[in-house]
Amino acid sequence: MNLRASFGFGLALLLGVAPGAAVAEEENPFAEYRAMFGDDNPAELVEMQGEELWNTPGGPKQVTLAGCDFGLGAGVIAGAYAQLPRYFADTGKVMDLETRLLHCMETLQGMDVSALRKKPYSDQGQPQTELESLSAYIAAQSRGMPVAVPQTHPLERQAFADGAKFFNLRAGPHDFSCATCHSQNGKRIRLQALPQLNTVEGARTSFGTWPAYRIAQGAVRTIEWRMADCARQQRLPGLVHGSKVAIDLITYLGVQANGAEMTAPGLKR
Amino acid sequence: MTAYRTGSRFLLAALGSSLLAACANIGEAPKAAATAPPETTLADSFEPLGQAGLDRLQQNTMQKVCSEYEGKPVPDDLAKQIIAEAAAGVRYPADGNYFGDWKNGEKIAKTGTGLQSNDDPALPNGGNCYACHQMAAEELAYGTLGLSLAQYGKLRGQSEPILQYTWTRLWNAHAYNPCSHMPRFGDAGILSEPQLKDVMAYLFDPASPVNLPAPAPAP
Ligand code: HEC
Ligand code: HEC
Repeated sequence: MNLRASFGFGLALLLGVAPGAAVAEEENPFAEYRAMFGDDNPAELVEMQGEELWNTPGGPKQVTLAGCDFGLGAGVIAGAYAQLPRYFADTGKVMDLETRLLHCMETLQGMDVSALRKKPYSDQGQPQTELESLSAYIAAQSRGMPVAVPQTHPLERQAFADGAKFFNLRAGPHDFSCATCHSQNGKRIRLQALPQLNTVEGARTSFGTWPAYRIAQGAVRTIEWRMADCARQQRLPGLVHGSKVAIDLITYLGVQANGAEMTAPGLKR
Repeated sequence: MTAYRTGSRFLLAALGSSLLAACANIGEAPKAAATAPPETTLADSFEPLGQAGLDRLQQNTMQKVCSEYEGKPVPDDLAKQIIAEAAAGVRYPADGNYFGDWKNGEKIAKTGTGLQSNDDPALPNGGNCYACHQMAAEELAYGTLGLSLAQYGKLRGQSEPILQYTWTRLWNAHAYNPCSHMPRFGDAGILSEPQLKDVMAYLFDPASPVNLPAPAPAP
């Protein structure tokens, strides 16, 4: 595992705040965080929890998730995350890692995932949900590989097109769209750098770093969480986990990022 | 073509065919083919949360046009329509006085919360000006989505046209710049009239940190 490389990448991203900023590097609070963590990314622990879950039989059927097909065949997780979201013939839908995991917990393990689906993310200070740990573990099995989100099935292309359209959709009391905050190069909100996510270069700096350990929250957060939290900042109602809009947006970002190196789980502010 | 329509349904027209395909896939009864495909709507992807209801997904004309022309020039006729509607909706202070308390204005400018699903609706909304603008020289944590407003009042003075221009900008920026990325603080009810006056004072009062010179660099 190349921890040092993945940490370095996250750091570069965060210090990306600096260009044009009137803030000296020593005033950047991230420098302190770096000192706190040394070379370690706490996501590694969550990855290990995910690995254990992956290998442990669960649900009423007491089987592991080894029969789950993430697009590359049953149980194949090496490189699978780099190629998601994708179309799955068995459900007739484009699914991302998180919806696919829930689908397999339900169909293979016979678990009732309605509670997890409603509350997919852990509260601050609480243990990570199964979904978060498994996402961290499975994402890590694509580390070092190029992002390759497919655009072969018509529904995959539809997801990309609808994601691009939603990206520009202005709504709510503030008239914000994703584009309000993410369509210009080198901008920031307060001191937080805003990646330009409607370009290949911008999407490539971001997509492969998720899921990521968020220092401010002390937890690994998934890309679905990132979508929902930006929808919150956009003043929209709650973005449903695994919804069409969430998967369209992730597809839109992923396809633009194709070719970038997967470094997740990343480490962020 | 606009993909999303207003009204009670948010039909993603392009989706009809894909849903049909999905039905065919799981080998459903022929009824799927006989009846119209179920509409997948934008609202299906969201749920009401806190103070943020599904009504927030309904777009007004400006939002629809500006979504379609994001990053592109807005055609003249549509731009004129947006400007005219924005200008017509501006309400100037009833008592003719533009200024409140700059200290409260500073708080409003620095407060980023308000109207998010997790915000307490009992608290006043912030203006979040620092998310996008540099203002007081002493505040380094400013965003760059908008231009710098440092020394705003000092540079412009307090003539009636300047005050009216700034009030209008805050009320509805589209009156000057159609498809501006700045929120319609007055028009959309984000800030109240007294709050807008406080922000005006923060921009114009000679004693406001916005108009003070930058602090001398440390020795
Ligand atoms: C009002 C501002 C705002 C809006 C609207 C917004 N975002 Fe963000 N976004 C941010 C900020 C600020 C960050 C950085 C957060 C941080 O570092 O904590 C961010 C971060 C992100 C990231 C992670 C970047 C990285 O790799 O670290 C992604 C991806 C993203 N946004 C996508 C979106 C999408 C998609 C939408 C629309 C659904 C959206 N954003 C709407 C402000 C916004
Ligand atoms: C999400 C971004 C955003 C927020 C929040 C925002 N603005 Fe703006 N503002 C802009 C942009 C972008 C412009 C540039 C002109 C335009 O596009 O309308 C602007 C322009 C202005 C101008 C005109 C400046 C000039 O020289 O003519 C004023 C005044 C202004 N903003 C004040 C404010 C105040 C006060 C607040 C908070 C109450 C605020 N803005 C919040 C984005 C924002």
